[in-house]
Amino acid sequence: MSDVDVKPEPTAAKVATDLQDERLSQGQGLSGAISGLGSRIRGGDLGVIPVVAGLVIIAVVLQSLNSRFLSAANLENLLLECVPVGVIALGIVFVLLVAEIDLSVGSISGLSAALLAVFYVDRNQSVLVAILIAVGAGVVIGFVYGQVFNRIGVPSFVISLAGLLAFAGLQLAVLGTKGAINLPFDSALVKFAQLQFMPAWLSYALVIAGGVGLFATGFARAQARRKASLSAQSTVSLAVRSVALVVVVGAFVAYLNGSRGIGYMFVFFLALVLIMHYVLTRTKFGKSLFAVGGNAEAARRAGINVKRVYASAFMLCTTLAAIGGVLAAARLAAANQQSGGGDVNLNAIAAAVIGGTSLFGGRGSAFAAILGILVIQSISNGLTLLSLDSSYRFMVTGAVLLLAVGLDSVARRSRASSGRA
Amino acid sequence: MSAAPAIEQDRTGGTGHVLSLRGITKTFGAVAALTDVDLDVARGEVVAIVGDNGAGKSTLIKVLSGVHPQTAGTITFEGEEVTIDTPADAQALGIATVFQDLALCENLNVVENLFLGQELGPARLDEVAMEVKSWELLRELSAKIPTVRIPVASLSGGQRQTVAIARSLLGDPKIVMLDEPTAALGVAQTAEVLNLIERLRERGFGVIMISHNMADVQAVADTVAVLRLGRNNGVFKVADVTSEDLVAAITGASDNVVTQRSARRGASVKGESA
Repeated sequence: MSDVDVKPEPTAAKVATDLQDERLSQGQGLSGAISGLGSRIRGGDLGVIPVVAGLVIIAVVLQSLNSRFLSAANLENLLLECVPVGVIALGIVFVLLVAEIDLSVGSISGLSAALLAVFYVDRNQSVLVAILIAVGAGVVIGFVYGQVFNRIGVPSFVISLAGLLAFAGLQLAVLGTKGAINLPFDSALVKFAQLQFMPAWLSYALVIAGGVGLFATGFARAQARRKASLSAQSTVSLAVRSVALVVVVGAFVAYLNGSRGIGYMFVFFLALVLIMHYVLTRTKFGKSLFAVGGNAEAARRAGINVKRVYASAFMLCTTLAAIGGVLAAARLAAANQQSGGGDVNLNAIAAAVIGGTSLFGGRGSAFAAILGILVIQSISNGLTLLSLDSSYRFMVTGAVLLLAVGLDSVARRSRASSGRA
Repeated sequence: MSAAPAIEQDRTGGTGHVLSLRGITKTFGAVAALTDVDLDVARGEVVAIVGDNGAGKSTLIKVLSGVHPQTAGTITFEGEEVTIDTPADAQALGIATVFQDLALCENLNVVENLFLGQELGPARLDEVAMEVKSWELLRELSAKIPTVRIPVASLSGGQRQTVAIARSLLGDPKIVMLDEPTAALGVAQTAEVLNLIERLRERGFGVIMISHNMADVQAVADTVAVLRLGRNNGVFKVADVTSEDLVAAITGASDNVVTQRSARRGASVKGESA
């Protein structure tokens, strides 16, 4: 190894346990963090950078074509539009992590929307009961998928293809001859999805709380690592990271607050993503998802109940698809025969993949769902503003999907050559 | 060999063996991979299992680790008859395995692989404690791994082997099984692994080791069990067996291809010197 950074030998200071190997090049403090990021990118560990760069390019192009694209009113609408399919994409991340697929999420969301409308409007149940029934249907479907997959061994591709047809049919049957049911505009659910925006003070408070929380958890971890004589992030770089978050997000929120502000439904989505991020990165269950996706036999030999992991991944996916269906119905204030049809299915899967979730399992994050759906909805929204019909939307989204997966494939090769898996 | 405490002796059911296999049979369809195999392992004993390719060594390891449960026969662990149906059962009993293919997840880093399935703090992972323990284990094995936060995909074969061995030592096992532990290793690392096996013996573990390398077997094993075509073909004390006897037992004849070869070589050497 010729390119080893020669670190000045620390004479008195103790070297952290994990930095003692002389072959390891790692800078200290803020500059070290930045140069480490640089070498990660060169090694093909791109993380979220391509998606964020893609979003910036999309924003610049669409804004130059129609100056209303980046207006606060349009952006807050765009964020709300993201939520239903974004929630479904979040579920897709879980099945993709274990190297399986669910092609039926669109049908499940449509069925869930139909169940919600029928029980809420036609049967006069309370909205809560209707939501529980709709989401419960998603849970049951995922359980059945898991059992069929584990016990009979049908590939998930085929199970969910069957589900795609069957649940689209069930949705039609549930809706009956009417074909469409409108939800009352004054119901809490519809208000939540269409009209309720966060007061400005609360949005700023949450942004600051987020920044403080990020710093506090980072600082606590750094302290614990120092105590155990491991290397730790410097307090300065932690502070810079948190301040940057507060400034960037705060500015965006302030811009939106110039109009109606941030919709509560988007906050709900964000909270869901953060919870799932915690589950994936900080829990035993999350690690077992990555392990099963990386090498299922190794996971089994390590004592992980692989079948239970598959079943939970399917159930999480279908449950989130059902929640997405409820939110879509609320957003539209109606459930009809087209609910969950069209491009919902493929947009959800494309969003997870564009956001950086590998189709081959074992790589991905909860943030993939939110970033990917932002890309897809931005394109869709921008082309609608330009009064272009769906034909362009399909073609552009298809091209972006191919570009994203192509970029991931190139990055994977680059990772392999620089030893980053 | 350090003497095991008296109380522990009682838990072996009076036989002195922590693990006893009787009549283990494993069939895959029409193929009998193992037939009526017996094996005993005492505390602080290193048992080497040797045999030709296809003798059933790896199958025996897989039976004991719960990967393929046996078709017939009994397993007695610490004096009690047990069933090992899943890898989790084997782990719960305290039987740790280093598989020949290592069974590591390439997309996960070293710490995640070491603690796979036995993470600390299930609902809120204790990353710091896991990393500290990882370094402790790796240092103990004199592992040459620069950082524990890189994916296993970027490690060399020997480094992966070390990670797999380190993983088997987590969770306080009583029996450690190693399937070809030195096959992928360099000279120094082989010596380290042999040292490690001796340390395991000193700490009172039972060690089962599969190896094709007679030098390694004779260096560390106390007992050698020979398998041939899925059957027991003799159990020898290393102290009073020669390499030739083992080869004879492995190949099933004293007049085998190995002795013929060495006889030929001996003759040709004599011919040259004459």
